Amino acid sequence: MIAQMSALLKRDLRLALRHGGESLMPLIFLFAVIILVPLGVGPGPNLLASIAPGMVWVAALLASLLALEQLFRPDLEDGTLEQWWVGATSPMALVVTRLFSHWLITGVPVIVFAPLAAEMLYLPDRALGTLMLTLLIGTPILSLVGGLASALTLGTNRGSVLLSILVFPMVVPVLIFSTGGITAAAEGFSARAHLGLLAALLILAVTLVPLATTAALRLNIE
Amino acid sequence: MRTLLETRQATFSRAGEPVFEPVDLSLAGGQALVVRGTNGSGKTTLLRLLAGILRASAGTVERHAPVAFLGHLAAVKGDLSCRENLDFRRRFHATASGLSNSRALARVGLAGLGLRPARALSAGQKRRLGLACLLVAPAAIWLLDEPYASLDDDGCALVDALLIEQLGRDGSVVLSTHQRQPELKAAPNTLLVRHHVQGAG
Repeated sequence: MIAQMSALLKRDLRLALRHGGESLMPLIFLFAVIILVPLGVGPGPNLLASIAPGMVWVAALLASLLALEQLFRPDLEDGTLEQWWVGATSPMALVVTRLFSHWLITGVPVIVFAPLAAEMLYLPDRALGTLMLTLLIGTPILSLVGGLASALTLGTNRGSVLLSILVFPMVVPVLIFSTGGITAAAEGFSARAHLGLLAALLILAVTLVPLATTAALRLNIE
Repeated sequence: MRTLLETRQATFSRAGEPVFEPVDLSLAGGQALVVRGTNGSGKTTLLRLLAGILRASAGTVERHAPVAFLGHLAAVKGDLSCRENLDFRRRFHATASGLSNSRALARVGLAGLGLRPARALSAGQKRRLGLACLLVAPAAIWLLDEPYASLDDDGCALVDALLIEQLGRDGSVVLSTHQRQPELKAAPNTLLVRHHVQGAG
């Protein structure tokens, strides 16, 4: 099982590297938002600092959503998805692997460049740690929830509209608790409550999503 | 002779309607089963059921050995080279005893194309790459859905030769076909069963 998971992860990352331009989209999104919004609302440090948490998080959300349409569809179309069920494989382990590679490709770049983005937006230094923590806990939730929606809409012809409609309501709590926590930290309050609720959401997603996603994929290949 | 694949009254239903009549079969090492039937009679469904991609809605399917499934789609990534595709299959099935990439590619007539991206292959060459996948990650049970499709005469002869080798290793083969008959006379211990899949209802 471990051998299968690592083989799939290696292939997913190799394919992502091969589509170099597409793999850079999360970062392009992050910096497009961070550079364009100040041009629109004005570069005042106070204003930017107050909207910084929301901007970083909206960029993370869009970056995650962007790659979802292609999460399982190419595998369905070239026949590699049905191979997940051939013989004594563990499809759920492979689903988890695929979701993990989605997070590596869309979540991790945003996390790595978030400090730079925060600096550009005058986010107070004392909120930086909280920003990083919310991204670390929150972006895996985006990949998990998005993966489930992607699997559910696999059977529809052009699922991207339906996919967005499914994903947005489910990620609203993540957005609210993350930005709420960062704002609290920026004002000098404790963000522990927000982080705790985020962690609870992550645990919920980690336990339920692989099961549900595997079942949804199975329905689509039958 | 060890039984590798066994079904008892297995069938698959779509929207409550069985796709074909219940199937009883038992396949031992060195035996081949040719599934014949008209278009839409459920040949592909039966093979997918045997592979484990579909779950039997009634009856049982038991696999006592590793399975390899080659469907309509060759299950190769167009953006990876032939060699990378084979590497993935070998690692994914975690078997070490298969052919090396270059030997597998030479065997299926793709020698020298190891670095070519799979999307640049023709339909027939893609089928051949699918066959090479069976060689780098050996499995005792081969399930081949229309293995002769889009292959030239040479390719069809290649499929027959690979089948004979597989049976000679005490493996089993189930293949569906609606055009060509496999020529397996040279293989020892070959039992050719023709199973007419009946469209039910």
